[in-house]
Amino acid sequence: MAKHHVETTVNGDEVEFLCETEETLLDVLRDTLHLTGSKEGCASGDCGACSVMLDGRLVCSCLVLGCEVGGRRVETIEGMATGEKLHPLQQRFLEHAALQCGICTPGFLVASKALLERTPDPSEHEIRYWLAGNLCRCTGYDKIVSAVMDAAATMRKG
Amino acid sequence: MAHVVLVGNLAQVTGGVAEFELSATSVKQLYQQLTELHPAIGPHLETGVAVAIDGQIFQDTLLEPIGPDSEVFLLPQIAGGD
Amino acid sequence: MAETMTNGPSQTYVGTRTIRPDGVDKVTGRARFGADFNLPGQLIGRVLRSPHPHARIVSIDTSKAEALPGVKAVITRDDFADQSSEFIPAGEMMMNYKDVVRNVMAREKALYEGHAVAAVAATSVAIARRALKLIDVKYEVLPHVIDVVEAMRPDAPLLHDDLFTAGVEPKPEQPSNIAKRVEIVLGDIEAGFRKADVIVEREFKTAPVHQGYIEPHAALASVSEDGATELWCSTQGHFIVRAHCARLLGLDIGKVRVTATEIGGGFGGKTVVYLEPLAIALSRKAKRPVKMVMSREEVFKASGPTSGATVRVKMGATKDGKFVAGFAELKYQAGAFQGSPVQPGVMCAYAPYDIENVKVIGYDVVSNRPKVAAYRAPGAPISEFAVESVVDEIAKKLDIDPIDLRMQNAAREGTKAAYGPKLGPIGMEETLNAIKKTEHWNAPLRKWQGRGVASGFWFNIGGETSASLTVNEDGTVSLMAGTPDIGGLRASLAMVAADELGVPYDKVRPIIGDTGSLGFNFLTGGSRSAFSGSMAIVEAAKQIKTELCARACKLWDLKPDQVEFAGGQVKALGAAAEKFKPMSIADFAKVAGKTGGPIGGYGRINAQGAGPSLGTHLVDLEVDPETGRVTILKYTVAQDAGRAIHPSYVEGQFQGGAVQGIGWALNEEYIYGADGKLQNAGFLDYRMPVASDVPMIDAIIVEVANPKHPYGVRGVGETPIVPPLGAIANAMEAATGIRFTELPMSPPKVLKALKERGATKV
Repeated sequence: MAKHHVETTVNGDEVEFLCETEETLLDVLRDTLHLTGSKEGCASGDCGACSVMLDGRLVCSCLVLGCEVGGRRVETIEGMATGEKLHPLQQRFLEHAALQCGICTPGFLVASKALLERTPDPSEHEIRYWLAGNLCRCTGYDKIVSAVMDAAATMRKG
Repeated sequence: MAHVVLVGNLAQVTGGVAEFELSATSVKQLYQQLTELHPAIGPHLETGVAVAIDGQIFQDTLLEPIGPDSEVFLLPQIAGGD
Repeated sequence: MAETMTNGPSQTYVGTRTIRPDGVDKVTGRARFGADFNLPGQLIGRVLRSPHPHARIVSIDTSKAEALPGVKAVITRDDFADQSSEFIPAGEMMMNYKDVVRNVMAREKALYEGHAVAAVAATSVAIARRALKLIDVKYEVLPHVIDVVEAMRPDAPLLHDDLFTAGVEPKPEQPSNIAKRVEIVLGDIEAGFRKADVIVEREFKTAPVHQGYIEPHAALASVSEDGATELWCSTQGHFIVRAHCARLLGLDIGKVRVTATEIGGGFGGKTVVYLEPLAIALSRKAKRPVKMVMSREEVFKASGPTSGATVRVKMGATKDGKFVAGFAELKYQAGAFQGSPVQPGVMCAYAPYDIENVKVIGYDVVSNRPKVAAYRAPGAPISEFAVESVVDEIAKKLDIDPIDLRMQNAAREGTKAAYGPKLGPIGMEETLNAIKKTEHWNAPLRKWQGRGVASGFWFNIGGETSASLTVNEDGTVSLMAGTPDIGGLRASLAMVAADELGVPYDKVRPIIGDTGSLGFNFLTGGSRSAFSGSMAIVEAAKQIKTELCARACKLWDLKPDQVEFAGGQVKALGAAAEKFKPMSIADFAKVAGKTGGPIGGYGRINAQGAGPSLGTHLVDLEVDPETGRVTILKYTVAQDAGRAIHPSYVEGQFQGGAVQGIGWALNEEYIYGADGKLQNAGFLDYRMPVASDVPMIDAIIVEVANPKHPYGVRGVGETPIVPPLGAIANAMEAATGIRFTELPMSPPKVLKALKERGATKV
C-alpha cells in the first residue's frame, strides 16, 4: 500500500514526511524526523515518556497515528527552550535535581508545561494528578513536584 | 596465628571444619594453606569468596596482608543492583 | 612533595548541590539513550519468543523466513556454541555461562513464556515481524510450575534434569528444582530460644516485582568482515557486557568495543545481557549494523524481575526486650535458571541487629518464570520485610516503643554480624534517633490511619574501577569514568575532581568512556559507582599533583620538600616562596609540552572498604475500609550516607527507593494464569506508583563517616528500598489491627482481610 504524504508543523517548522498507516506519531518523530527527545517506554499510553502537544493539547504520541497530524501543530521537547535560554521548567528541573536517569524527563517537562499553561498556580495535589500519566521510576516524584511548583512561581512573576 | 572462620556453606567441603588457626601472612598464603588441608575447597576459593580481615571485607583479593592475630572470615561475595 | 592531605581534602564542592554536567542534554531531549542510536544501513532485529512456559523444542525451521525478501539474517540456538558449566561473578551473584547461553537463546527447552527461540534481522520492522511468523517451531509442551513452594515438591515438573541441590551432604541422588541450600549460623539458636520470654513465629509471602525502568532494553551492533565488533547499548556495565558477548560469541575481548549509551534506569535489571549477543550474532551474519529494542511486554516477560519468596521467621526476646534468637528460612524463586539473591537475603536478614544466636537457611529454587535479575539491594528487602514485621510484633507484645526496641538491639561498631565479621562504624542508632526526633513521629493520627517504622541494611561494595583525569591545554580538565551514570555519577565525580585539584567545578568535564578507552570497570551496582569512582579519581588527582610538584621542582631548581600543592597551585615553600610565583594548573598546562608533555592521572584500583548503609523509614497511611485502598499520607527516610557528595542526588536515591518499596508493598506483582502465562505484562496492569499515589518523601541524610573512604562516603542507592515493605506492613497493622504477611497489600487482599475480620462496619 502506498505511504501517506503528510504536511504538518513541528516546533514551528513546516515539515513533510511519508509514513505507513500503522506508524505512530512517535515513530515518525523518532525514526523519520530524527527528533529522538520523545521516548518510547510502553507504546500503550501508560508511561507518558512520549508526551507531545498536538494543537495545544497534551497527547501521548504513541497513541496518535502519523497520518493523523496533517495540517496540525506538533510541539515536542526539542522546541521547549528558546535559543540559548532554557524554559523555566527546564531550569528548575536542573536546580531541583528533578531527574536521575532522565528518560522520563522530556515527557514530564512537556506535560508540566501543558499544566502551567492552563493552571498557572497549581496546588501540589493538582500537579500530582496532572502528572499521574507520566511514570518516573527513579525520583519518587518529590523533586519533580517541587520543581514544577517553583517554576510556576517563577513564571507567575513573569 | 590468624584465626580463620568459614561462613555458610564452605565448611561442607572441609567435612564440617569451620575454624582454623593458620600462619598465613597474606590471602594468597591463606588459600594455599586451606587448599593443602582440604583440596576440595580450592575451586571455591577461586570463584565467589570474599575475605573479611579484622572486620574489613575484601571482595576479591590475593595480596591483602593478614596479621599474626588477625580474625579472618571467608564469606560469599556480595554485590548489588543499584 | 610535602603532604597536603593530612587534614582531608578541602571541600568547596563536595557536599553542595551543583547542577549536573549532563543535565542540559537531559532537559532538552538531546541526551542519547539506547534506542536513540542509529547507523547507516542498519537492519532491525526482532526476537521470536516461546508462547509456552515449558516446552521441549523439537525442531526449528527457518527456511521460509530466510527466503522472505528483506530478511538478511536469522539466528537460533545453532548460532551459539554451548558453554561449559562455569560460575563467574555477575553483578549480583555468581552466574553460569551454561545458563547464560540458554537464557539468551533457548536450546533444548523453552523454560518460560517469552524465552527467546529465534531472532531475525530485516530491512524494516514490518518485514522482521512477518519473518517471525514464518519461523516454524515444533514444541512438545511440558507441564509447568510457577510457584516456589510447588516447585520444591518432589513430584513437581523438573526444569533441568542435571540440577542437583548444592549445599547439602550427601549430594542428592535425584535432580530437583532446588538449586542450592545456603545457611549461616551464629551462636546456638536452640539455646537462644530457651532464654526467650517471648517468641514470635510467622510465615510471609512476597510477589515477584520488576525493576520497572522506563527505558526498555536496546542494543545496536555492528560487526565488520574482520570480526571487529562495535556495540552501543543501555547497560549498567559495558565492560561486563563486553565480557559476556565475547564469551558467548567466541570473540577476543580486545576486538569488542562497547559504548554505554545514556541509561534510562536499571536498578539491577541491566546488569545482564539479553539483546546484546543476539544483535552481534545477527550483525555478524548479515554484515550490516543491527538495531534491537524490546517492547514493554518483552521487558516484563523476558527480563528482570526479582524473586518472589516464601519466608518463615521465628524470633525470641527476653521480657525486657533483648533479642536472644533469630531464625529464618527463605525460599526464593530464581526463575528458569539458578541464581536468586537468596544468599544476600540470608546475610542481611538480621544484619541491623546485635543478636547472639542466629540461624538463617535459604533455598534457591527454579521455576518456569523469567530468570531473576538483580533489583536494588537484591534479596534484602524480602528477608528484612519478614524480620521487621516480627520485630514490630515483639514490640507490641512487650509493650515497648518500636524505635526503642530497635535501639536497644541495634548493631553498632564492634557488633559481630551474623554473616561473620565485626562491623565498623555504622549508622543504625543514628537513623533511629533521627526518626524519633522528627515531628512526624509525634503527629496525631485519626481512625483507619496507622504509623509504621522499619529499618534496613545493605552491605555496599567496591570493586575494580578505572578512571582518568586529563589536563587540557587551557587548564580545563577532562574526566573519564567507566561506569554508566544512572543518577548523577558524573556530577559527583566532577565535584571530587574539582576539590582535589582546586579547579572550578565547571572546568571539569566528565564523560563515560567506552571499553576501549579505560581499563576494566565492574558495573554500576551494589551502590559502588560513586564510592569506588571517587576513590579512583582521588588516585588520579594524586598522580597529577605529584607530577606538577615534580615539574615545579625542575623549573625552580628546588628539592621535593621545598614545594607543595595546595589550593589548586604548586607553591614554593620557605625562603623560595618569595622567589617563585605559585603556578596554577592552567599555568602548567601552558608549558606542558616544554616540561615533559601532557599532564594526566589514571586511577586504577580495586576499591575496598565499602561501608554498610543503614536506614530507618517512618510511614503514615490510611486504609479505606470500603475499597481496601491504602493511601500513603506521610513518609520520612533517614539513612546513613557516610558523606553525601551531592545531597540532592542522595536524597533522590532515598526518595526513589522508598517509592519503589511502596509499590512493592502495596501494588506491584507478577500475575500468572493457570496456563503459566503472565497476565499483566504492561504498565496499565502492572501498577507502579504514579505521582498521585505518593506524598512528598522527607529525606534526612545522616552522616557517619566511612573511615575507609577519603571523603567518608558510603554507597546509598540500595538501602532505601529495604525498609518500606516492613514499615508499611507495620503501619497497616497499626491502622487495622491486622498483621498482613503477604505482599502486595493490594486493595482486594486488604478488603478480604477486613471482611474476614468483620471489621468493615466499625
